Amino acid sequence: MTEPTYPVGARVRVKALYPPGHVRTPSYCRGRTGVVERYLGTFPNPEQLAYQHPKPERLPLYRIRFSEPELWESYEGGDGDVLELELYEPWLEPAEEKAP
Amino acid sequence: MSDTHEPHHPEHGMYAVDPTHHHPTQPDEEDLPLAHYQVVQIAVTELLIEKGVIGADEMRRQLEKMDAISPAQGARLVARAWVDPEFKARLVADSHAAALELGIDLGPIPIIVLPDTQTEHNVVVCTLCSCYPRYLLGFPPDWYKSRAYRSRVVREPRAVLAEFGTELPDGVRIRVHDSNADMRYLVLPRRPDGTEDLDETELAALVTRDCMIGVHLPEAPARG
Repeated sequence: MTEPTYPVGARVRVKALYPPGHVRTPSYCRGRTGVVERYLGTFPNPEQLAYQHPKPERLPLYRIRFSEPELWESYEGGDGDVLELELYEPWLEPAEEKAP
Repeated sequence: MSDTHEPHHPEHGMYAVDPTHHHPTQPDEEDLPLAHYQVVQIAVTELLIEKGVIGADEMRRQLEKMDAISPAQGARLVARAWVDPEFKARLVADSHAAALELGIDLGPIPIIVLPDTQTEHNVVVCTLCSCYPRYLLGFPPDWYKSRAYRSRVVREPRAVLAEFGTELPDGVRIRVHDSNADMRYLVLPRRPDGTEDLDETELAALVTRDCMIGVHLPEAPARG
């Protein structure tokens, strides 16, 4: 298993990219900042798999945790509610530490 | 149910009045136009069989196997985790290995087990399509695939849970898990109070499919 670039707890931002074709990064999290919940290992790139690429590259996959109130305007629920999902490393970039 | 006499079903009376009345016939599957991917699926199936890649019986057997998988398998895992904390730890750490201890094969896709706690409740959705731990629980319910569930449970999980009749106590935080890529998820709910006398089989009967998706909580059987 390759060493992950982002350790558990690292703050990362999801790139706000809108490429055409099959991607598995839901639009609601693009441009948003979360933290690494766990590293999952490497998996074949779904953006190549979807088009029958003969040798899809393996990408590091993470579970990223977002704050629900930060994700949705006028969120009705607990301040501590979170949403977690799986994101491939090329979609992530380092984010600054949270302002106090 | 009350033990008073049931009135006749209104349809019976209707037939008595008008014996020529018929309900409109439902179209057979073949009467509806085939969608693109239905045609592709039929064509690929026929080709695979014609070219001898798979046999028709092999295909039928696999379908039968998939259809036979039921949430009862997941319920066995949950019940064992309730009675055996060490098993629970192993299940959370490596679900495939732990399930094999009970003779359950979780299949080729990793499954992450999400234990609920007194202060944390888990609920699972696939916003992009309908990813679901099929090798463990069988086919997902139709609502799991609906756009309403997929779009709403991420942004208003408490309202959606309430529509399932599930009220979480104050102070419980919700973790919504979008099953959007290579993992599948199983919620490990908390053992309900008042079940101290139940054995593992009786406990498993309390664990429904909806509890393992996280839209409901297991309930102790009513004392009678």
